[in-house]
Amino acid sequence: MAGQPGTSAKRPRSSVTAGGKPLPRRAAGQVRRAVTDTTGRPVYLIDGARTPFLRARGKPGPFTPVDLAVQCGRPLLMRQPFAADAFDTVILGCVNVIADEMNPARVAALRLGMGAGMTAFTVQINCGSGMQSIDTAFRTIESGKADLILAGGAEALSHAPLVLRQEAVEWFGRFAAAKSPFEKAAAMGGLRPEMAKPVIGLERGLTDPITELNMGQTAEVIGHLFGITREAADAYALESHQRLARAQNSGFLEGEVVPAIARDGTIFDRDDGVRPDTSMEKLAKLNPVFEKPFGKVTAGNSSQITDGACWVILASEAAVEKYGLQPVARIIDSEWSALDPSIMGLGPTLCSTELLTRQGLSRQDIDLWELNEAFAVQVLACLAAWEDEEYCRDVLSLDGIFGRIARDRLNVDGGAISLGHPVGTSGNRIVLHLVNAMRRLGLKRGLATECIGGGQGGAMLLEVV
Amino acid sequence: MPVTKASVWNVLEPRNIELGPSGVASGSFSHWRLAKDAEGIAWLLLDRANDSANTLSEAVMAELDAALNDIEGMGAKGVVIRSAKKSGFIAGADIRDFKDVKEAHEVETRMTRAHAIVDRLARLAIPSVAVIHGHCLGGGLELALACRYRIAVGDAKLGFPEVMLGIHPGLGGTFRLPALIDPMEAMTMMLTGKTVDAKKAKALGLVDAVVEERHVENAVRAAIGDTLRTDRGNWKAGLLGFAPARQLAARQMRTQAEKRVPKKHYPAPYRLIDLWEEHGGDAKAMQRAEIRSFSELLVSETAQNLIRVFFLREKLKSHGKGDSGVRRVHVIGAGTMGGEIAAWCASRGMVVTLSDLDPQAIAKAIGRASEFYDERLHSRIERRDALDRLIPDFAGAGVASADLVIEAVAEKAEVKHRVFEATVPKTKEGAILATNTSSIPLEELRKGLKTPEKLIGLHFFNPVSRMELVEVVGHDKTSAETLARGRAFCGAIDRLPAPVGSAPGFLVNRCLTPYLVEAFVMLDEGMAKETIDRAAEDFGMPMGPIELADRVGLDIGLEVAKMLKESLEDPMPDIPAWLVKKVESGETGRKAGKGLYAYDSKGKPQKAEDAPAPDSEMADRLILPMLNTCVRCLREGVVEDEETLDGAMIFATGFAPFRGGPIHYARSRGTGAIVQKLTQLAQKHGARFAPDKGWEALGAEGSGEKVGETT
Repeated sequence: MAGQPGTSAKRPRSSVTAGGKPLPRRAAGQVRRAVTDTTGRPVYLIDGARTPFLRARGKPGPFTPVDLAVQCGRPLLMRQPFAADAFDTVILGCVNVIADEMNPARVAALRLGMGAGMTAFTVQINCGSGMQSIDTAFRTIESGKADLILAGGAEALSHAPLVLRQEAVEWFGRFAAAKSPFEKAAAMGGLRPEMAKPVIGLERGLTDPITELNMGQTAEVIGHLFGITREAADAYALESHQRLARAQNSGFLEGEVVPAIARDGTIFDRDDGVRPDTSMEKLAKLNPVFEKPFGKVTAGNSSQITDGACWVILASEAAVEKYGLQPVARIIDSEWSALDPSIMGLGPTLCSTELLTRQGLSRQDIDLWELNEAFAVQVLACLAAWEDEEYCRDVLSLDGIFGRIARDRLNVDGGAISLGHPVGTSGNRIVLHLVNAMRRLGLKRGLATECIGGGQGGAMLLEVV
Repeated sequence: MPVTKASVWNVLEPRNIELGPSGVASGSFSHWRLAKDAEGIAWLLLDRANDSANTLSEAVMAELDAALNDIEGMGAKGVVIRSAKKSGFIAGADIRDFKDVKEAHEVETRMTRAHAIVDRLARLAIPSVAVIHGHCLGGGLELALACRYRIAVGDAKLGFPEVMLGIHPGLGGTFRLPALIDPMEAMTMMLTGKTVDAKKAKALGLVDAVVEERHVENAVRAAIGDTLRTDRGNWKAGLLGFAPARQLAARQMRTQAEKRVPKKHYPAPYRLIDLWEEHGGDAKAMQRAEIRSFSELLVSETAQNLIRVFFLREKLKSHGKGDSGVRRVHVIGAGTMGGEIAAWCASRGMVVTLSDLDPQAIAKAIGRASEFYDERLHSRIERRDALDRLIPDFAGAGVASADLVIEAVAEKAEVKHRVFEATVPKTKEGAILATNTSSIPLEELRKGLKTPEKLIGLHFFNPVSRMELVEVVGHDKTSAETLARGRAFCGAIDRLPAPVGSAPGFLVNRCLTPYLVEAFVMLDEGMAKETIDRAAEDFGMPMGPIELADRVGLDIGLEVAKMLKESLEDPMPDIPAWLVKKVESGETGRKAGKGLYAYDSKGKPQKAEDAPAPDSEMADRLILPMLNTCVRCLREGVVEDEETLDGAMIFATGFAPFRGGPIHYARSRGTGAIVQKLTQLAQKHGARFAPDKGWEALGAEGSGEKVGETT
């Protein structure tokens, strides 16, 4: 039953299940597409920039999704040796599109001065949207249909709308349709005070419509299935904050994060959700937010509700030569997988393993990982699953366990727990940051992956050039 | 790959304007086109020959008279009057006709003729419709008022700016407007000269409909078929038909007018109020009185001087013609001036990158820009787009793609040299390098530059949004092409370029400084600052020298004054020691909240009410040193001609416009009289008043090129 995970046997041995439902299974490791890196043209990542990630503070922040996309898009375009209208198309991931900015990709392209003739479209696959935009750009260039694409993600969760209750909407419909004063009066009689109470759109957005489980609850489910403790989750969260703080203070984010300036002249120059002074004690004091009173997932070990945008520029070899560009990385391959929505947090294990299997690579071949930190429990569950013999054999179709991903190879500069998780943007950010971190550390091959609300996962393999 | 590289809208845009059956023109006019469409509607289009905008000249009016003849004979069921120019309906009377008129009775004869033509339009038996897009001003609006219907297209701007020229409406506006709309609103429009947009015009009842271009044809048919719904309730016109009611209202209007302009210097608004108070109930009498009053005002010194200012502006504008090739501007230094220049350029359509070493300074400049846009840009879209074009540039990356780089960093040669060293290697080929220096010689700044021919001075004035002038400064190595592009850039951003030579202080600051420093000397002599300011205001300056010094910033004023004293032989009083102390203690003027005056939170100076009135000589003590320096600059060739000089002083400092500029004022008063007064002042107050030897040339050679003949 929805909301009652884990009532079946603990750590089921035969198949991955949750809430008693069988996992809609697709054999992992099977190659879904014929596309591999060897068939298409090489695709390069040239540059990228993002806004600081700004924590939602109970009211709409200073920027809409497109405002954010413009704030980081302008300096990014400005530092290129080609004109803004040189792109073939613009792709933007955005989940919570606001009413004033339908197809935010196109609105952003026009506001960025890319010209009336610039095609642009928006993609939406929940938490994977920002990576989906890169993937779509990657495949388009790879197949020879474009040479230069701007791909991004933008999200302003602080602007997520308040939504009228369904009963209120129905009442309004009846009232508007009533013609005579008598009918109006009668319709008026149906109005009840509780209808005026709005539904927070964001809360609905973060609840899976199939299982009615909140995202935090899905983290509780997999945390339970892989025996992740509250202490382990808090320790992971603490480290995320410490890593981000170090990255900020050491200038690791320079060039990647560009300051944003609000209309009133306030400057936002760094991710403001970081709490370097937090501690195990402070984290331990927090109550579970999704499943009270016994749950493990707290506000402290979950990703934060945040606004932010990010862009990357992808180019073909022809574009690189034409404009004399300096590629920073090459996209090798990408993969998407899906599974039971109630255990969506395990998505990364499926797509990443499938991608590496196809490429003939193993865990040791990956120098650096970005695994989006939706929840500490969820990251740790993924890591545990990769060390779980049964899971690796029956789900991932591996001969042995995938193995342990060392913490010093994973999310080295913090992640969504300390940075925040503007859902349409995060997938874009982890690809960009993976490349920047690899270059800083002198590493070669990296993988960015994320779990996706609704029960999916996305992964992208890149090599520094 | 795209089918076309052309902008689709640009290709299709010419189809947008509805001009009736174009191509089937009848009649043999040079300014008008007349044709009848299939439904029997006559379309009379004004398309003035050899001009980009429509104005009403005697020839245009005479042809209109003939066209009305034709229309009466062609059996049309209605007539549409509109402009075939993209720039708008009619910008007003042709001011060239107003220049140098001296005889009021001649004007009266001319105006009576013109009135007869407009009256004829008003009396047409068939419905007449004015279709108005863009500017519809002065005489243009009076023509529209004589039509039975007025239909405005979305971008229309309507108004009576005559008061700015020292006159009031003269082609029937003074009686037709108050008869059509609320007379109080009508008088406000005519007294302030403010234009109204289409929406406001509809609300006032000034136009009967506001439509998009695509619905003009249907709206015209509705008007001529008498199915256009109009809303012309004007109960106040009835009430104000009574003389006592008008007297009461007129008294209020006079009080309001006195707050804006003194009667002594600007009589036109007061004449208009008199006119209305006396004849408001009687259209015929008011028409006769309007013609007389208009004619008298037009030949007055004030109006002729303000008309001169109009042509001074045209002359400066003409310096700014052509394509600058500048689309992207990079501004270095986000202080007051840098921030304002950047914000202004972005508001005029340039893509601007604003850089500074201090990110906070950039952020604050963006905040100030958005306040300015909130005030000055009317739609949410315009404000958003201007802010999108104003790009904070923390890394200075904008240099590489900029067509023009403007430095507005600290006023120190070594700082500017360092900026150039870091910037110039990154600029793209052909980019112009500009400095906003107010005191450093360009010959000094060009040293070490690989392409000195690309360096110019673009000296903006504070506040950029109100001071229209930009001094465009060359030096010994500047190329003529760079100078021309710099001037054209000023034109593109709606500022007025004044070409000046690279002498210390250029033109404006050099001429202004003696005026400011003399005020400091007068302070030292124990005069009240309010009294000193009052003397200058009575002369007609928009603010006195003490307040102006605070506004400019005492630190900047001090810097300029020191530089001028060191580098020039111009006689100037010593800079008082207390000024240096004040600057050192941070009391730098209005921006610091304290300078010579203390300022309230809104930036208003706190002035004592009981300061004594200025004596008769004080204004001369302030103004004549300025004139003396102007003459010196003219003699030294800092500025090419008197008109550019007069225009520059008016549009950079607000020098009493109704006096027509400093040199024009000197000529009107008599150069001999001025030299005599200077000599007297020199005996009394010191050699700094000694008349420059340039006065002789001025007296002997006359005023050189006449303004306006080139336009």
